[in-house]
Amino acid sequence: MKLTAWGQYPVIDTKVILPNAVLAQKLVLESSVIPFGNGRSYGDSALAPNIVPMLSNDRFLNFAEESGLLTCESGVLLADIIEIFVPRGWFLKVTPGTKLITVGGAIASDVHGKNHHVEGCFSACVQEFTLMLADGAIVRCSREENQELFHATCGGMGLTGIILEVSFSLKRIKSKHIDQTTIKTGNLEETFAAFEAYKNFPYSVAWIDCLAKKADIGRCLLMVGDFANDGNLNYKAKKNVSIPFEFPGFALNNLSVRAFNWLYYGKVRKRVTQSQVDIDSFFYPLDALDHWYRIYGKGGFTQYQFILPKEKSLIGLKEILEQISSSGKGSFLAVLKLYGPANENYISFPMEGYSLALDFKIDPGLFALLDKLDEIVAYYGGRIYLTKDVRVSKTIFEQGYPLLDKFREVRSRYGLNKRFHSLQSQRLGI
Amino acid sequence: MSNAWLLVLGANSDIAVATARRFAKEGWNIYLASRDMDNLAKEAANLRLRYEVEARETFFDAIDFASHQAFYAALDPKPAGIIVAFGFLGDQPAAQKDFSIAKKIMESNYTGAVSILEVIAQDFEARRSGFIVGISSVAGDRGRASNYIYGSAKAGLSAYLGGLRHRLAKSSVHVMTVKPGFVATKMTAGMDLPKKLLASPQELAEAIYHGILASHNTIYTKKIWRLIMLIITHIPEKIFKKTNL
Ligand SMILES: Cc1cc2nc3c(=O)[nH]c(=O)nc-3n(C[C@H](O)[C@H](O)[C@H](O)COP(=O)(O)OP(=O)(O)OC[C@H]3O[C@@H](n4cnc5c(N)ncnc54)[C@H](O)[C@@H]3O)c2cc1C
Ligand SMILES: NC(=O)c1ccc[n+]([C@@H]2O[C@H](COP(=O)([O-])OP(=O)(O)OC[C@H]3O[C@@H](n4cnc5c(N)ncnc54)[C@H](OP(=O)(O)O)[C@@H]3O)[C@@H](O)[C@H]2O)c1
Repeated sequence: MKLTAWGQYPVIDTKVILPNAVLAQKLVLESSVIPFGNGRSYGDSALAPNIVPMLSNDRFLNFAEESGLLTCESGVLLADIIEIFVPRGWFLKVTPGTKLITVGGAIASDVHGKNHHVEGCFSACVQEFTLMLADGAIVRCSREENQELFHATCGGMGLTGIILEVSFSLKRIKSKHIDQTTIKTGNLEETFAAFEAYKNFPYSVAWIDCLAKKADIGRCLLMVGDFANDGNLNYKAKKNVSIPFEFPGFALNNLSVRAFNWLYYGKVRKRVTQSQVDIDSFFYPLDALDHWYRIYGKGGFTQYQFILPKEKSLIGLKEILEQISSSGKGSFLAVLKLYGPANENYISFPMEGYSLALDFKIDPGLFALLDKLDEIVAYYGGRIYLTKDVRVSKTIFEQGYPLLDKFREVRSRYGLNKRFHSLQSQRLGI
Repeated sequence: MSNAWLLVLGANSDIAVATARRFAKEGWNIYLASRDMDNLAKEAANLRLRYEVEARETFFDAIDFASHQAFYAALDPKPAGIIVAFGFLGDQPAAQKDFSIAKKIMESNYTGAVSILEVIAQDFEARRSGFIVGISSVAGDRGRASNYIYGSAKAGLSAYLGGLRHRLAKSSVHVMTVKPGFVATKMTAGMDLPKKLLASPQELAEAIYHGILASHNTIYTKKIWRLIMLIITHIPEKIFKKTNL
């Protein structure tokens, strides 16, 4: 079967092992297996010669009303949790910018959202999960039991086995609405100052105009907010609009990106605006467009996401934004966020500092530009987010993850490196 | 339709799971009956959490005929609808050599259904209401070398369901025969089946739910199978014998 992930690159031929009663017997016969969630990772993390598609492993098993602890199978989509639990007054403690991912994928990438500076990564709300190891045995992992497997699996990109059942906490909400404040800034210094000034809001993220030049570099719209209190929980998921076909290559030329960024930024007139928005438009604006990747045409696209330590963020980001702006390569989307402290997981992405994520159409010359940006990221002690990556070099990757050897050691001690590989893990020698 | 109960026999089948969810989504309470109780308990929890309906798991073995009276008697409240989903494809070449395998195929697809449905039919007939869905197969429309033991059991089931429909029509009880072609389930996992003819369990569930609303008698899923089987059943034996179907 032909398979690709969100960036539509690369496309590979793969064999399917179903997650049913005979999974363990089938699994032990193969040497290159990786679990596949909903394919919302951008690159080659979920691609391998053999995949275990997890979407059918989708049962809700228990919900404790008092504590908000939900137990479900790992193929459940966050979208289903939201649809079922928001009307009952509960929401995810941590959610990424798309709800179309599985719970297993949320753990494997240790995803984070607009509230990382307050709630940390997805693993922070995970109490325990069961994991199928290389020999088909199933073990329970938590901070008390099999701790090493727990810390390796959270952020471990499917390389430590197959997550089967998960118990994690939801949080109480009193509304399906979010009170949002939008702050318009004129340059990077102002943007940083705004992040600090609005730090007490649980949710914050900025859209950067990454084609701005010189003095304007780093200007943004910072959006912060929190759930409203109005008791209205009457949530229904929004209907989607689909992009019906691949855009021809020229649709996304520099000019159209510039127009988009300018419109987005130019639309907001006042420095500070207040509004009330619903869950889907606040957390998942991109989910409203099915197949939006098609605007990048047939060759695929990638997202470049890196993070820099806080004290190096200003200088590093300036250099990187200058490089991008002078390269003339457009990024449709550029998202900036201030993160809270790192957690104990061995290869989770977040650390305290600023992260920027940019989408690029894959075209000749792009990877050379990204290699240049990598050097800057590495120089300032930053790292690249694996779940978005399809091209980083082994050296740059290794420099960014100081606990990588611990991860490798756990993988080899449990024999996981004999069974679980993705194209990415092979490329990077994980 | 809330408060009404649907009894799903062979509830661990992938088609059965999808169908149970489809009915639960409309407010039906569900009895999940099959042999693997751990699996049933998980799906029952899932139905309760996802759809806020009642769901209970209960042990049922289609080929333990002697248990069927007591099994049905124990259900309280009685169901308003039945789905017969259990079935066993088996291995045709093996069944040719070993009658115990052939017997298991026949009992799992045919005899078991007759045994439990006669118990249920009596009750529905007396109550003058209810519906019964039996999942047969296109394999029952014509015997073929590659799976005629399974096919003959399904042919028996189709004929049985037709007769039951005839009998119960007088009592306002509706019987629907479902004839799937290829469905992507654990029964067919690993087989190389043509994508265009392959239905998902969810498609089956959708067709069954709407089939019951519309009181259809026999449905094929995907619909194209009605035409395919019409052609296949009309190929003269002389020619058919030379084919490789
Ligand atoms: C529009 C968009 C916005 C996004 N926003 C954010 C964001 O704000 N923050 C963020 O952190 N990420 C974000 N992402 C990335 C996304 O959240 C992650 O890539 C996530 O892991 C995808 O989950 P998935 O279920 O689709 O898994 P896949 O993409 O299928 O797999 C991702 C990884 O998880 C592993 N995996 C999947 N299931 C299991 C399992 N059961 N057991 C073990 N390993 C498993 C795979 O092997 C693979 O390594 C975004 C992606 C998109 C497309
Ligand atoms: N898949 C196809 O392509 C296809 C095509 C045409 C027709 N069909 C028919 O559709 C129905 C459902 O098929 P499926 O593919 O969904 O099946 P499936 O996923 O393979 O599951 C079959 C289920 O039948 C149950 N079962 C078998 N013997 C039983 C017995 N003696 N007592 C109780 N339960 C028993 C098993 O339950 P436990 O797990 O509890 O043991 C099993 O889970 C079957 O009748 C099949 O013949 C399927």
